[in-house]
Amino acid sequence: MGADSPLRRRLLKSMLAASGGLALPLVQAAPSAAPILTRPIPSSGEHIPVIGLGSWITFNVGRDPQARTECAEVMRQFFAGGGRMLDSSPMYGSAQDVIGEALQAIKPARLFSADKVWISGGARGVQQIETSRRLWRVPRFDLLQVHNLLSWEEHLTTLLAMKKEGRLRYVGITTSEGRRHGEIEKIMASQPIDFVQVSYNALDREVEQRILPLARERRIGVIVNRPFRQGDLTQALAGKPLPGWAAEIGCTTWAQALLKFIVSHPAVTCAIPATSSVAHVRENLLAGTGRMPDDALRKRIAQDVGRLA
Amino acid sequence: MSEWWTYSLSDFLMFSSRSYYRLIASYNEAVWPAHLLAVAAGMLVIGCIIRPQRRTYRIAAVALALSWAWVAWAYHLQRYADINTAAPYFAAAFALQAVLLCFVALRPRATPPSGARQLVALGIAAVAVAGYPLLALASDRGWAQAEVFGIAPDPTIAATLAVLLAWRAHWHLWLIPVAWCAASGATLMALRVDFAWLLPAVAIFVVAAGLFFRRSKQAL
Repeated sequence: MGADSPLRRRLLKSMLAASGGLALPLVQAAPSAAPILTRPIPSSGEHIPVIGLGSWITFNVGRDPQARTECAEVMRQFFAGGGRMLDSSPMYGSAQDVIGEALQAIKPARLFSADKVWISGGARGVQQIETSRRLWRVPRFDLLQVHNLLSWEEHLTTLLAMKKEGRLRYVGITTSEGRRHGEIEKIMASQPIDFVQVSYNALDREVEQRILPLARERRIGVIVNRPFRQGDLTQALAGKPLPGWAAEIGCTTWAQALLKFIVSHPAVTCAIPATSSVAHVRENLLAGTGRMPDDALRKRIAQDVGRLA
Repeated sequence: MSEWWTYSLSDFLMFSSRSYYRLIASYNEAVWPAHLLAVAAGMLVIGCIIRPQRRTYRIAAVALALSWAWVAWAYHLQRYADINTAAPYFAAAFALQAVLLCFVALRPRATPPSGARQLVALGIAAVAVAGYPLLALASDRGWAQAEVFGIAPDPTIAATLAVLLAWRAHWHLWLIPVAWCAASGATLMALRVDFAWLLPAVAIFVVAAGLFFRRSKQAL
């Protein structure tokens, strides 16, 4: 029997199933075995996994070789576990270069590269995009977003032209922490964008009122940043016992419950939690598998998180 | 920046405390044994405060100018810029302060009187040179991440404030050091590290002491 033969895998699965709770650490220690749920990008129908990987703060490690190796390992586990969307920005310090170096080493079979343009002025934006592409070491980006709406009219013109010429697949805009939602709505209603990136979590739910319904109506994909409020939410919930509903949807940690809350919203395409921990990236990927909460349970999750955090 | 009131300190933070202190550790490793020279320069600055003369002010100003220039180049430009996009601007401000201190060295002020002002300055300089490296140990970070006068910005700024206080320096020499105290304090507070309050507290204390001694002198 080979080391990874089908019979051996079936036997192992049976043993794990029979051991009940003991199986959980083993399942968590390996890249996600169950397939990650995917969602179609509304404008194209292309499916992408509901869990992506952000790089704000976590991948800005400068030239530190050990930290770069750790980031590369996080990315390796992310791809091995079925993840595809990596998100970064020129605003994130050395993160783009850290990603590029790791991509060169890993050579993932399926990458969805999402970056941003963040500079005043259209002409400088073109230059910045090329610099970012070189740092990522990719032939082209899948998605480019206007970061925090900086010089958005000029950059959107550039990005849409790039898409038309086949040098870019998708175009988007971003904001975070509830800023400039009025302007975001206007752009969503008037411009042919493919994605909008916003902050959304069990406590910050303003986007449920207008932006998420508008995204569905306009067939715009939604990428969710800051799913844990930059770690504050998971920190606030640390040590608090998971309510009974967590087991119903296969959650063993608060982070998974928070992610399931987000990606189970029908308008959300994917969430992009950032982490520099291999254990956390595995945990996050597991949140994209198994049963998702229905409307009633989502309300309950929000209530419980609001009460406990 | 629109909706500026919605931003908090953490919104401007682009790196983790781990990355920050690992950067300091790798910087320390790269420039060692420059620390020995830097500590000697720090001791020299303390000696200058103990013997306040026009000549010692010149010596202190030269030692500080060299420290500011080194920190601008070796720390801000060569290393901090890797994780903080604002670091080149910090480097420019530090270089400017080095130039201002060179002007001080060329035309030092008259000998200040000894007394309480001198003692306060001495205490702050001792904190900068001897106390700052110990913070790493007190925070369980170890010697590798110690911040040393003349090598790291914060103790260099604290010692500079001590010299400015001792010699009743012109107000324009205070601007950059005090601004850095605010910037560094805000960064460390956002990183939620131990002793983040120290440098802003030093700045407030030294400025308050300077104003107090000035008013006391006017009252006399």
